[in-house]
Amino acid sequence: MRGTRQLLALVLVLGVAGLAAVPAGAQTMVGVTATEIKIGNTNPYSGPASAYGTIGKVIGAYFKKVNDEGGVNGRKINYITYDDGYSPPKTVEMVRKLVEQDQVAALFQTLGTPPNSAIHKYMNQQKVPHLFVATGATKWNDPQNFPWTMGFQPNYQTEGRVYAAHVLKNHPGAKIGILYQNDDYGKDYLKGFEDGLGDANKKMVVLKQSYEVTDPTIDSQIVNLKNSGANVFFNITIPKFAVQAIKKVHDIGWKPTHYLNNVSSSLATVLKPAGLEASKDLITALYMKEVTDPQWRNDKGFTDWVAFMKKYYPEGALDDQSNAYGYNVAILMTQVLKQCGNDLSRENIMRQAANVKNLELPLLLPGIKVNTSPTDFAPIEQEQLAKFNGEKWDLFGELFDAFRKN
Amino acid sequence: MSGRPLPRAVGLLALVLAACTLPFVLSNFRLFQFSQVYIYAIAILGLNLLTGYNGQFSLGHGAFYAIGAYASAIMMDRWNIGYGWTLPVAGVLCLIVGFLFGLPALRLEGLYLALATFSLALAVPQILKYFEHWTGGSQGIVLSKPNAPFGLPLNPDQWLYFVTLAVLVLLFWLGANLLRGRMGRAIVAIRDNHIAAEAMGINAALYKSLVFGVSAAYTGVAGALSASVIAYVAPDSFNVFLSVTLLIGSVIGGLASIAGAVFGALFIQFVPNWAQDISKAAPWAIFGVFLIGFMYLMPFGIAGGIRLLWTRATRSRVEPEGRSAVPTQAHTTT
Repeated sequence: MRGTRQLLALVLVLGVAGLAAVPAGAQTMVGVTATEIKIGNTNPYSGPASAYGTIGKVIGAYFKKVNDEGGVNGRKINYITYDDGYSPPKTVEMVRKLVEQDQVAALFQTLGTPPNSAIHKYMNQQKVPHLFVATGATKWNDPQNFPWTMGFQPNYQTEGRVYAAHVLKNHPGAKIGILYQNDDYGKDYLKGFEDGLGDANKKMVVLKQSYEVTDPTIDSQIVNLKNSGANVFFNITIPKFAVQAIKKVHDIGWKPTHYLNNVSSSLATVLKPAGLEASKDLITALYMKEVTDPQWRNDKGFTDWVAFMKKYYPEGALDDQSNAYGYNVAILMTQVLKQCGNDLSRENIMRQAANVKNLELPLLLPGIKVNTSPTDFAPIEQEQLAKFNGEKWDLFGELFDAFRKN
Repeated sequence: MSGRPLPRAVGLLALVLAACTLPFVLSNFRLFQFSQVYIYAIAILGLNLLTGYNGQFSLGHGAFYAIGAYASAIMMDRWNIGYGWTLPVAGVLCLIVGFLFGLPALRLEGLYLALATFSLALAVPQILKYFEHWTGGSQGIVLSKPNAPFGLPLNPDQWLYFVTLAVLVLLFWLGANLLRGRMGRAIVAIRDNHIAAEAMGINAALYKSLVFGVSAAYTGVAGALSASVIAYVAPDSFNVFLSVTLLIGSVIGGLASIAGAVFGALFIQFVPNWAQDISKAAPWAIFGVFLIGFMYLMPFGIAGGIRLLWTRATRSRVEPEGRSAVPTQAHTTT
């Protein structure tokens, strides 16, 4: 224990470093000067979810473009992003650094449901805008209890309502069977779907089957659903089980109208392993232009994005949907800052975030508009259905708005 | 580790006093970081007991950290039990789990034991999801930070800092006592020469299982503290990397060393952040450079390096007694 002196010295040095970092008293406008505005972010640049890290990078690239073009109302965006490795304790540490030490004006697009859950209370206690979080959970749309947190993409309940609306309209007398994962994710979808069916719910749903994420197989659930006589199947499963479900439905010769949640709509990880023939006529809901879909090749939003990627983020992949996602949401954030004008107080940033009207983003499906209000913290609530034609998803029908009558 | 007891006690006291002044000079964010350092230090001391002193490898201590954290979180969330009471319960629970895991692990040595414990680290986050009713599944459990009791004029960060510091001092004192006594000698004897130790009448099987239990208990208490400090638990908080991080802290700090646990904790808390400040593009490459640099310059860990420097600086005055303790430890643990 002779290292005590050295340890003491180390503690002192770190202490002084910490002192130097203590900020002066907070003003109403935090993280804002005449020439810049600080925006904080965490992303998984390492660890199990690092494939999503490109979202944090493409956002930085877009803000660089904004700054090159003069910034927002004369202010440059100072975008500070840290790696949290998708580990909630690290998220807490990095977000506290952003809020308490870097003194950011707002937090933007922190990624992942567990990391955001870890900072949810903290952000609202500190009254710092916690905007457009990158997760599909429904709890981010709760302005009453969490007035400083807002989601971005259509949440699971929204999507569930979209399928319900389609069933009501096209199969009013259907018998519905549902398979869902027995956790928050599955129950979110289920709630949205049942709420969407409304009074018809009791009549139409003939059987609900659940599975645990740890179960090896869901074959028996599929057989039960078939035997229930259901002719509409709502499939709420993650990719691993979606593959099993699609195969099993095909193998036992069940031919329901098959709705597959967007979570498992990937061609590469679900439809191909399940078999393209078995996947034919599946229905899912989309809200973004798929960047690999040839029908957008000459679309202005798409070509602008490609030009942007080539100039500001050349190392980013052009077939990675995440890069389109980050581009969209960065444009939304820039719009909110523009709307703030010269009042970049945290209160006003939140007010403006809750005051986005009919904003179209270049890589959302045509016609989808971002809308928020003080009682609606779910920016995107429209989706369009698509049917799998054996090669790719074909959009069909009109846009569904989860909360308005179609 | 020999030395004049009086100056050492004075030095330690000064250190603790210095630590007590930090809440009044540092920002809340820094206090939060130091609370995490103390938590890591407790966990690493647990690992040091096992790996450094007893020569048993573990790549699975993140699992005990998780069990401690969840035990504490569930008690607070379900039954409204005060966080203070959850610490000993989490410790005892991990003691039992660690002891039971230690029994079959007795048949495994070295790398095989490392793999067996690694499986624990892999399995626990998934098992946590299985008991969703209790653990909240992959969404985890959101907790509240405790306020200071008795109307003390401290904010939650300051209070939690003192709580973690107090637990750290208590557990380090207990650990030092354990190692200084008969048991400590037996633990080290098993590491240094298994057969000789048994020949001298030491029940190696019992001791090894016990050390596994105690080690797990330390790490479990650390996990329980982390539940309060982070105010959230989720399976993603306790991935495999946590176990590796604890092992890194243990080796970098100095394996068979009590003070080394604190150095190791400082390392795993601050060096990744510095690496990120130096290079956004490749922080883990920078971290790797730090890691290699430290291992090259201080092959016996930071504690070992400092001890070596100290011995050199004072050699003119005090002849080191007998052989240095450092190299033998390094040999037996590599």
